[in-house]
Amino acid sequence: MPHKTFLAFIWPSLLAMILFIAVPILSVAYQSLFIEHEQILVTSENCGPFGCKPQVSVDVDAMRQLREEQPMGRFNGLNTYTNSSHLAFNDINEIFRSSENFNEIRNKIMNLPFYKALIFTVSYTFIVTPLVIILGFIVAVVVNSLPNLFKGPVIFFSLLPMIVTPLVGSLVLYWMIDSRGIIGAGLQSLFGDPNLSLKASPVLTWVTLFVYGVWHSSPFAFVVFYAGLQTVPSDTMESAMVDGANRWERIRFVTMPYLLPLATFIALMQLMDNFRIFEPIIGFSAAASATSLSFLIYNDLRASESPLFGSAAATSMLTIVGVIILLLPVLRRNWREFNRKS
Amino acid sequence: MKMTVKSTVAACALIASAGAAWADCGIESGSVRILSNDFAALHAVADGAATCASDTVEVTANATEEHKSIQVPALTTSPATYTVAVIASNSIVPLLNDDLIRPLDEYVAKWGGQLQENQLIRINGKIMAVAFMANAQHMFYRKDILAENGIEVPKTYAEMMAAAQKLRDAGVMETPLASSYMPGWNLAAEFVNSYLSTGNEFFVPGTAELAIDNVDGIAVLETLKGMTEYMYADWATYDANSQKPVWEANEIAIAINWGSRAGAFIGDDAADPAIAEQTAFAAAPAMYDDGIPSAALWWDGFTIAKNISDEDAEASFRAMMAGVSPEMMAENADLAVWLIDGYEPTAAAVGVIGNVQGGARPYPMEPYMGLLHTALGDNIVEYLQGKESAEQALADIAAAYNAAATEAGYLN
Repeated sequence: MPHKTFLAFIWPSLLAMILFIAVPILSVAYQSLFIEHEQILVTSENCGPFGCKPQVSVDVDAMRQLREEQPMGRFNGLNTYTNSSHLAFNDINEIFRSSENFNEIRNKIMNLPFYKALIFTVSYTFIVTPLVIILGFIVAVVVNSLPNLFKGPVIFFSLLPMIVTPLVGSLVLYWMIDSRGIIGAGLQSLFGDPNLSLKASPVLTWVTLFVYGVWHSSPFAFVVFYAGLQTVPSDTMESAMVDGANRWERIRFVTMPYLLPLATFIALMQLMDNFRIFEPIIGFSAAASATSLSFLIYNDLRASESPLFGSAAATSMLTIVGVIILLLPVLRRNWREFNRKS
Repeated sequence: MKMTVKSTVAACALIASAGAAWADCGIESGSVRILSNDFAALHAVADGAATCASDTVEVTANATEEHKSIQVPALTTSPATYTVAVIASNSIVPLLNDDLIRPLDEYVAKWGGQLQENQLIRINGKIMAVAFMANAQHMFYRKDILAENGIEVPKTYAEMMAAAQKLRDAGVMETPLASSYMPGWNLAAEFVNSYLSTGNEFFVPGTAELAIDNVDGIAVLETLKGMTEYMYADWATYDANSQKPVWEANEIAIAINWGSRAGAFIGDDAADPAIAEQTAFAAAPAMYDDGIPSAALWWDGFTIAKNISDEDAEASFRAMMAGVSPEMMAENADLAVWLIDGYEPTAAAVGVIGNVQGGARPYPMEPYMGLLHTALGDNIVEYLQGKESAEQALADIAAAYNAAATEAGYLN
């Protein structure tokens, strides 16, 4: 297609993407380079219901003047990215200098807030994504072979986990795994351990979050694979049957290779989505055991007395960088194909 | 005949209009838009203010738990979205920092005759808020369980844990204690409560430098960890709301919870009247023997926004005077520990009054206290779960606080 025609078709979406995606990202990146002005503090006498005492407070008139002169705040360069709430270069140097063995280094790095969140986010992404693909594929193959009478209702119930709002779904599951809930009590009697509590141990909380992630996202994989299964070429399938392939061999040598591009598509979407995991951590009140990059951003912006906009902006940019790194193999392959074609 | 009908109609109209004028507060005109947190006592205040509504005065109220997140943007616009912001000791700080509320001295002089001196919050010499209730966390306990096992009402954490051990040994309850240890705001509040009881300061006076890395800080962390030994395994998911169903299920003997919720525990609509009858309150336990209660004293009050017309500001103040009037308090006496003239403590107020009489300290109102509160909330739980030492936890708190305070401009 000549470039001019291509541009004529694409300019509305291009405009929308520039306005609503590119400009905000650039604005956030710009904001991540600044921190607040140095606060001018004054000590004065504060009186309240419980007595009077000298109290430090902010000199609002002086601050107003500062803010009028420099509305963005103080320029901080990339220091917000390297401070101890983010990449923590100084802390890591200190850890390498003063630690004795690899275990100690690893534990201390995992104690830093950003790396703790990163470890959980990456674990979640790389454990949930393949499981979603596998489970979605299994469900699609099973549903495809059901008699037509049952297909409708089974498809409906298979889609439910994805339809339920993430926060509501995780809250429902949260109460079910409570020690007095149906799953919690069931597990307690299954393992004969009256003190078993899924919420108490960090390891079990991680497992719960992974299970929730797979449960919530596999309907998406199911829908995509199910649609793909309808278009598997029937001649290839018939020749396989004629050649004497049993059911499992048919799936392995005909269906799976045919659906591989769809699996790549699902993997792409899931990598992007799972890297931004957030709602289950809120729904399961799991902040004690698991934090993610998006949760760090939420925490920074929710500090209502002084929201840390610069810190949240820096974490957002680091999340974007993380997603780009994850998608690099696929992007590179697409780029090579594009070059080859033209 | 016509004259009689006309005069009757005129007379009725006159009487009706007089009645309408009596029903409102005499405010000529204005718009009163209230933003507040979402619990029963604040609903009562907003309802009291709503009695001032009339044809020329509109009164609306938005009661939401998200008020802290939306108050700064809502009051920054001109005109502000809300004219009245109902705040507490910590949520007034961002409004002060950003210069979003106006001094109330002239309004108090003109319309504030009903207010007592201790209701006036003076900052830098000016009245910036009017407080109307006090709140604090304190101890809830089951009279019957303690009496049956010969346990006296604990006065310190050590006594509290000894009582729990006694109940465990007697086979009464395996995990008799409860508190709000959910990481985040709740867990930090527990640390702040206990640290205040030690008498020490959070910051080097006059600066934003952190000063909790000392013997008292370690002692508070160790006490919190000791308490978890006697709590149900899910303690990291409990906040003030989660405690109530567990209390009513007869699974806790002693708990730490908010005074503003005490009324619901013993009220007429409590889930189990038998347990409600045996529920009693006392001052929060102290950290050390003969110490002050481990409770931060909070006040709730209202402020008037700056970016509104003077007419709306005066109307709002007068409406809020109706909202915090002794008449309102008379109808809602047990919803809170009111600071209003004529308040008689009810059964639900025993805990908060005990804290005040025991000398508990108010919640610190430094502008950077919120940053410390967040840093505490994020970095204590790993120590409680046994994954790191107390010294490491204090180091993590300091690192998080210093990074946040540097970014917010309080430290260099």
